[in-house]
Parts: sequence; structure tokens; C-alpha cells
Amino acid sequence: MKKKLVLVGNGMAGVNCIEQLLKLAPNRYDITIIGSEPHPNYNRILLSSVLAGDADMKDIVINDWSWYEENHITLHTGQTVNAVDSERKIISTDGGLKLPYDELIIATGSNAFMLPVPGADKPGVIAFRDIKDCETMMETAKSYRKAVVIGGGLLGLEAARGLLNLNMEVTVVHKHPYIMERQLDYTASTMLRTELEQQGMKFLLSKNTETIYGKKRVSGLRFTDGTEEEADLVVMAIGIRPNVALARQAGITINQGIVVNDFLETNLPNVYAVGECVEHRGVAYGLVAPLYEQGAVIAKRLAGLETDGYHGSVVSTKLKVSGVDVFSAGVYADRPGTRSIRVQDDFDGVYKKVVIQDGKVIGAVLFGDITDSSRLFKMIRTGEDVTGHEKEVLLGASGGGAKKSGADMVAEMPDDEIVCGCNGISKGAIVSAINEKGCSSVNDIKACTKAGGSCGGCKPLIGDVLTYVLGADGVKTVKEGICGCTTLGRDEVVESIRSMHLTTSKEVMNVLGWSNTEGCSKCRPALNYYLGMVWPDDHEDERESRFVNERNHANIQKDGTYSVVPRMYGGVTTPADLQRIANVAIKYDVPLVKMTGGQRIDLLGVKKEDLPKMWEDLDMPSGYAYGKTLRTVKTCVGETFCRFGTQDAMGMGIKMEKKFERLPTPAKFKMAVSGCPRNCAEATIKDFGVVAIDGGWELYVAGNGGTKLRGCDLLTKVKTEDDVMEWCGAYMQYYRETGKYNERTSEWLERIGLDTVKAALEKQEDRLALVARIEHSLSLTKEPWKEIIEEKALNATYVPLAEEAPASAR
Amino acid sequence: MKRIHIGYETDIAEKRARVVRIGELEIAIFKLTGGELKAIENRCPHKGGKLSEGIVCDHHVFCPLHDWKISLKDGLVQAPDEGCVTSYRVEIDGASGEVWLHLPEEQTIAS
Repeated sequence: MKKKLVLVGNGMAGVNCIEQLLKLAPNRYDITIIGSEPHPNYNRILLSSVLAGDADMKDIVINDWSWYEENHITLHTGQTVNAVDSERKIISTDGGLKLPYDELIIATGSNAFMLPVPGADKPGVIAFRDIKDCETMMETAKSYRKAVVIGGGLLGLEAARGLLNLNMEVTVVHKHPYIMERQLDYTASTMLRTELEQQGMKFLLSKNTETIYGKKRVSGLRFTDGTEEEADLVVMAIGIRPNVALARQAGITINQGIVVNDFLETNLPNVYAVGECVEHRGVAYGLVAPLYEQGAVIAKRLAGLETDGYHGSVVSTKLKVSGVDVFSAGVYADRPGTRSIRVQDDFDGVYKKVVIQDGKVIGAVLFGDITDSSRLFKMIRTGEDVTGHEKEVLLGASGGGAKKSGADMVAEMPDDEIVCGCNGISKGAIVSAINEKGCSSVNDIKACTKAGGSCGGCKPLIGDVLTYVLGADGVKTVKEGICGCTTLGRDEVVESIRSMHLTTSKEVMNVLGWSNTEGCSKCRPALNYYLGMVWPDDHEDERESRFVNERNHANIQKDGTYSVVPRMYGGVTTPADLQRIANVAIKYDVPLVKMTGGQRIDLLGVKKEDLPKMWEDLDMPSGYAYGKTLRTVKTCVGETFCRFGTQDAMGMGIKMEKKFERLPTPAKFKMAVSGCPRNCAEATIKDFGVVAIDGGWELYVAGNGGTKLRGCDLLTKVKTEDDVMEWCGAYMQYYRETGKYNERTSEWLERIGLDTVKAALEKQEDRLALVARIEHSLSLTKEPWKEIIEEKALNATYVPLAEEAPASAR
Repeated sequence: MKRIHIGYETDIAEKRARVVRIGELEIAIFKLTGGELKAIENRCPHKGGKLSEGIVCDHHVFCPLHDWKISLKDGLVQAPDEGCVTSYRVEIDGASGEVWLHLPEEQTIAS
């Protein structure tokens, strides 16, 4: 006998879930659906189209009566389920039905929220929620003139537009100073209002309804400011509340909505919930896309298929009002840590805004021209990194023509034009990978051609090529993780390391479900860093996960030889040290001796097996010219000799270098100290730069003189050398704790924002806590060259395992 | 075929490699997780990178120069790059832990 599946609620979410289930497992269950409304399943979203006269009632039915028959589904309409007996697994309805179930899905949807003001129960006061409300409005329009819609949100405006089409005079009352404030920023909202006013809508903003009056039927409203507005019809569209009455009776856990886990399971066994009645991870959704995603998870579960569950949705909104194009998705308002790109064109009535945080598009608002909506929504959902190309997101690669979409620009590119500069991959190569190898996502392209696999800057362009070839809907969107082995991002990985106390890469990969059991060359060094940062005591450095340079403590060169750079604190040396370096260079026949940019000496072309012996002869600490750690502290001579110097720059720099050397950081970290604002040590393009001023020091951060020139931002000004050390330690530790592996401070700061960093370091107690943690990590570091010289097992890895003269030579 | 004793199993750490030089020829001997040994020529077909210095993941090594991914089972370069590295047979004497490398005769002579 087939198992009994009962669905409570004949709405879009529940029935869609059943449809998906039928596709996956057509004959697995005996299905019964119970709905309160006397209709088959219809598209509630299109009610506004019905009201506006763009669609007929019959047009919006999704599954007509025959569908239920064809799929052998028992349908009971016009009945409301009023009890669930979870012990005996029976539901009962107000029509006296009692039905047993094996699996139960609650999809009771939501109720329109009615303002609890006097007169709200008068005839002529309705919500805008179902077919009945729609019919009431159409009926009223025949004999009445004046309508007031309370609520200037999406639904309210759609209702208002519909009533205008029914030849009513319509006033929209809204308690906020601007309409659709939950989807639009002020600019877009104002443009929308202007457009709707031109269509004949009136607006009363910042108004709170106090009373709805009228002898029998409604005749007007009074607001808290004492003003009044006449009305023959009042439509309340101020929001929805999850309908949880049944779930509450059944003893299901409820917060704002029915609380479910990632598999849409309630706290009762065999009872699922889906749709607007549900609260998942604290969010109740009122738009259809997330509800379908939820339904898909239940369908898979019930069909006995694998699913990794529902993880929440990013939602987008399009206003369905003729003559007005509005799109909004994700975080549309500016807030700390976000930056936006805006285009406003009053001539064509176009406004576009893209909100970016941490190098990713997190939200967008489009008004007047929404052709970019699917592309932007894709970027929001995938969390694609657009660092360095932020402007292209909205403006296109030229930074100019706002009209052209990315795919249009791709169409104009010749086939041999290079898309990925790092790997030399042309548009033509990507197009053929799509057509011939079936690539349909940026990740596929990366795996197939290597395009986008290095600096990643061309990923948006690759996305455009995909859109150009496959169309916006053909492009698969895949969340990008820290590497191809996972979809988890840096923060998720680090959070798991912390919360689950993971201390080895192997554990992380096992627990977090890495797709390659031993990871790859991208994630292995990254995990090793994160583990060491979070658990300095418990994590044992995994030498096999370190990149060759850090493993061998020297810089590999293109011919397989290495370079040796001894530490030269603050760029200050002595004749004795120089002599020793010279002797070593002669003894080992070093082919090239060169000054580095960081004020020290580089011995290049050294054979691997000579490294330990050379280090021993040098008897100087490693300069770490190869590591993701503090490289050098460049200094000028400062007041010691310079007639302009105001402070002891060399002394300060040496102190900093001695303090923070050897410390692992997400990427290399360079510092400098200048003795006066002439800044001869170029401190304002360093990761941390110190510039002496009369009576104090200016601290600069997040500069870069490399790939992308970036001048530092001023972090703060301090008085003493101890202050400099405190701020420097706190800043470095904050970077260590929040930076992505391989992310320089310049990228990091742009991602998290200067204000965030300032706020984190503002209070001395916070700085001291960071300093305490950095001190602890520093206390665990060892001089690597010495360690290798002293430990035989380490030493051995520098020489060949075996060496034989060629057989013929013997 | 020639068989050379190159050292002991314990000379190589897991997920690491050691180098054997035979005249001009360099061979990298890798130890995979679990102890299995693999031998390939220590020269990436791309730009001659020392594969012995790459990061080892399962039975693959990533070249330290430009991140080419090479199978240690057969020396095949993994997509999207193309190419092949010579692989060699290597065996461990279960009793003594001695590691033996097998070389085709002409290889030893030619080099």
C-alpha cells in the first residue's frame, strides 16, 4: 500500500512542491490536498494583473481541476484543516473530514495584516490577498468613485494601479516618507512616485491612520495628524503574517512563522512546512522563488533523494505596474562597509544603483531600464568577486556607455581578443569551450580553459561571454568557495574551524565535505594558515601544505635555484655583516648579488643543497623574503643624521622588525618608517607605514606599490614609540584574523572598509586584546634557518636521496 | 632494465618528495598518504619546474612554478593543460624497507 501524503493548503508553494515530487517519484504516495478557497491552485502573484485588467481569472489558474484528477490527487476545497493529531497521525477539517497521513506538509500561507484601528471592520474595508478581494474591488468600482490604499509597498502599489484601471480615484497612504522603502532607496522611490503621480495616483506620505469612519459603509479615514481623506473603498496592503494557527494548535514550534530546519522539517516527526507560513533561519519569505526552492527540498526528501537542504535565498523584486520598470534585489541601501555605483539619468528617467561589499555585488536597484536585472541578480546570487572591476558591473568595461550590456559588448569583440590576460585565453577559445565542451558556468570555463583561474579579474567578462553564447537563463550559477574543492567561503571556513575546534587540514576537509580528499594547491596553504591563526597552540604547522618557498625558506627561481636574503633589520647593516655576506657569496660561487627593494641583500642562483650550509656560514636570521609574513621594515636615517629628521626612524623600524618578524600573515606584509613628512622611506605605499611628525607619529595603512598602486589611508596619529607598537600589533592581528589567505592589506581594507578597521582598533582595550593574541602567536615562532640547520630530518630534505653517475661513465 | 637501491621508505615523509639524480636525469620520488611511493621525472613539461617541490594532493602534484597538475600514477598532465612526464616503477622491499627504482636500460645509458 502506498504511503499517505497530505498537503494542507492549496496555494502556490504547497502545490508546486507536489508537482516537483510527482516529477521525481510519480507513484510513491497517495496524495490528498485540502484548501480553504473554493478554487483550484492559482497564481496569487498575478491577482494584480487581473485587477489591472491584463489577465482574466481563468488565465491565472496554474493547475485546473483536471490536473488533480490526472495525477490521482484527492482535492478537498472550501474546507479548512483545524486540527492535527500528531500522535495518531490524523488531521481533521471544519467540514468534518478526518484523514490519516504518513507524511504531512503544512502550506497554510499567510494572512493579510489588517490595521487594528476603529472602523477596520466596516463594509468597504478589505485586504488584497485572494480572488475574493479582487472580485470585491471590481464590483465596488462599478458603483463607487474614491479608493484609498493603505500601504505604499509592492502589493499596495499594484492594487492602486489596478484600481486606477477600474476608473477609480486612488490615493495611496503610506506611513513612511517614501514608498517601497523596503525595496528602493530614496532616489528610486522618488522617481517611482513621480511616475505614478503622472499616471494619476495620489500619495499621502508619513501618514498614520487613526480611525476609519463612516455611517455604515466606510466614508473616510482620519490620520493621527488630524487630517482626513474621503474613501468609498479602503484596501489594506500593509503586509502579511504567516498563517500559523493550525501549526500552533498542533504543538509545532513557532516564532514569526513555523520554524523549520534546512530540510523544511518542523519539530514534529513526518510534518514538513513550506511557503509563506514558514520561518527558515529567522527569515519568512513572501516572494515565490524562495518558496519553490523550499518545495524542491521537500520533494527530494519525500522522493528519497539526496539533497543538501535549503540554505535561504536572495530575493529580487520586480514591480508589475505597466509603464514602470522597477527592479530591486539584495541589500539596496548603503550601510557601513558598503560602497555603491550609481547612474542617474533624468532625461530618460533611468536610475541604476549597485551596492558592493567585500568586492561582491550584494544588492541592486534599477528604475526605468531593467535590462541588467538578470545579470545583476546572478552576480548577487553567486557572490562573484568583482574586485578591481566594480565599475564594469554597471558601466561596462569602457566605463562609459551605460546602455550596453556585457553580452552586447562581447558580441562586438573579435574572436582573438584576449579575455583572460593571465592565461592568454581568447574569446574564441571560451566560446568553443562552451559550444564543444558544454561549459555553462564560470567555474566550468576555468576548469576547461584556465581562464579566470589566476587573478580572477576577468570572471565578470567570462560571465558575459557565457551570457552572450547561452543567454542569461542558460548560465549556471555556482557559489564560489575558497577553491574548487568547496563552495564555502573564507568566513564560513574560519567560522567552522573556530566553532568545531578543527585543528588539522584533514579534519577541515572531512568535516566540511571537500570534494578532493586532500584538497588542492589553493586550499591547502590557505587552510594551514587559517588553522595556525585560529589555533596557534593546537595546530601543528603542515610543512607539506606550504608553498615551496615557505617550505624551503628560500625563494625558488625559474631554473630551480633559490635566492637567499638574510635579515637586515631596518635596512641597517655593519661592515662585519657585509664582509660575512661577501665571503659566503664567494665561497658558494653565488652568480648574482643584488640589493632588494626592501633595503637588504639578495644572493641569487643558489643550489638547494647549498642552502643549509650557506645559512650556517651566514649565521644571520632569515629575512623571510619568500613568505606570507613580515618582509622588511624600510627606514630612512631619520634624526640620527638627517637635518630634517624629527624622530629616530631607524630605531623605530628596527624595533618593529624585531618584534613582528616571522609572524604568519594572510599575505606578505611590508612596513616602512620615515623620519619626517618628506617620507623618503615611501611609507605611504606600505601595508603599514609610519611617518614621523614633530612630537608624534602618523600611522598609515593598506598601501601597495605592487600590481595595483594604492596610497595608504591614515589610520591615526599617536605620540610615543610604544603607541606605534601597540597600534601596529593590533592592526596586524586584526588583519590576520579577518583577511583572506593571499589577500594583501590593500585589497582587504577595500573589502572590509577603513571605518570597520578604525572601529575595531578605536578602543584601547580592544587593541590590547589583539596585541595579547599577536604576542602569543609571536612567542611560538622559531628562527627557520637555525631550525633546519639543527634538525637532521629537515636538513636531509635539502639533498638528493641518491645520486649516481651515469652508467656509461662508470 | 636496471634496479637501483635509492634509500629507505622512511627517508621520505608523506605528501613530500625526494630527488634521485642519475647523471643528468632527475627523478622525484613521492610518498602518498598511506605510504605508497611514486616516481616521475622531476621536470614539468611546461617550463621545467621541479615537481619534487610541488604540493601533493592525493595522487597529484601541483608544479610550483605555474600550478600545472600532474598525475603521479601515470605522469599525465591534467586538463586544461596537456602533456606527460615520464613515470618510473619504484618498489619497497617489505622486509627491509629498502626502496628500489627501476630504470629502463637505455635510459641509464643514454643519460
